[in-house]
Amino acid sequence: MIALLIRDLRLAVRAGGGFGLGLAFFLMVAVLVPLGVGPEVALLSRIAPGILWVGALLACLLSLDRMFALDFEDGALDLMAVSPLPLEGVAAMKALAHWLVTGLPLVLISPVLGVLLSLTPGGYVWLVASLALGSPALSLIGCFGAALTVGLKRGGLILSLIVLPMYVPSLVFGAEVVRRGASGGDALVPLLLLAAISLGSAAVLPFACGAALRANLK
Amino acid sequence: MLTVHDLSVARGGMAVLAGVSFELLAGKVLILRGANGVGKTTVLRTLAGLQPVMAGWVEVEAESLTYSGHADGLKATLTVVENLAFWAAVHGQTDVDVAIAAMNLAALRDRRAADLSAGQKRRLGLARLRVTGRKVWLMDEPTVSLDAASVALFGAMLRGHLAAGGAAIVATHIDLGLPEAEVLDLTPFRAPQNHTGAFDEAFL
Repeated sequence: MIALLIRDLRLAVRAGGGFGLGLAFFLMVAVLVPLGVGPEVALLSRIAPGILWVGALLACLLSLDRMFALDFEDGALDLMAVSPLPLEGVAAMKALAHWLVTGLPLVLISPVLGVLLSLTPGGYVWLVASLALGSPALSLIGCFGAALTVGLKRGGLILSLIVLPMYVPSLVFGAEVVRRGASGGDALVPLLLLAAISLGSAAVLPFACGAALRANLK
Repeated sequence: MLTVHDLSVARGGMAVLAGVSFELLAGKVLILRGANGVGKTTVLRTLAGLQPVMAGWVEVEAESLTYSGHADGLKATLTVVENLAFWAAVHGQTDVDVAIAAMNLAALRDRRAADLSAGQKRRLGLARLRVTGRKVWLMDEPTVSLDAASVALFGAMLRGHLAAGGAAIVATHIDLGLPEAEVLDLTPFRAPQNHTGAFDEAFL
């Protein structure tokens, strides 16, 4: 399974692998919003938590459709199904690789984008913490959506429609953490709920992904 | 090594073959023949566990099969050696050099799969079988886009696999140069063409 993780990371950083795509998208959102709503600091700092979380969510969504589709098209998914790798493990590794390639860079770059959106100084720690604990759930839920739609022609659109509603709890709690953190309130409770969503997803979704893949391969 | 008893398989909800029975012993190769659409691929995919068995049963040692289909499962941006090393690692093997030598890929080892010709890709796809360390090879049209010399290479690798106690089932139209191979023509097992989807019948 480590071999699969290494292969996926290697594929991501090679030409055409899509590494940095989500990151660049996240950056563009954070740059475009101040241009769109104007340079009013009070307004920007009020909407910053929501914008940053919506941006992160959409950036994650961007690379989901290739998670299984590429392996399905070139036959590698069939071969993995016949190999000793359990499909649940394949799904878990795919989600982990997706998080390392998309989620983790978003976490690391988010303070810079907070500056662009005039986030209140107290919010930075909470922004990084909320993304660090919340983004694994985005990759795992996305992995489930990708497993459900693998094999569908132009499945990317349906994938978005399936995945985005499932992102709602993470978005609500994630933005709430940053909002409360920025205004000096108690942000721990939504942060813990966010972490719970990630842990729950990690416990359950790889098995759901495995079942979905098995059904789609037949 | 592999026993198939009264197997029925379906493609897209339609039964294509019924009552297929055979036994594959160690060191033997079975060649599946039949016109296009008779169900050779479906049988192989069913044996590989990629499709459900409609009726009958398949008895096989656990973790002993590997499958090679129309697609080779190669990653275009990985090199020949990286592609093979991945599949070797997945199957708990480490040695890829034997497979590289067997399919004459030594000169191409550090070439990206994207830069290989169709025949070279196929040779890499077949070399993958060798690195899995699995005993029963299920192959669907393995010689597509191979030239005569490569077919001979493949024949030699397959013979080496059989000599080492392996076995293989090959769906092919051409002569692999294996006179000892048993041939199973699937045409007589063709299932009557009617709907098998009992679920649908309630709505018809």
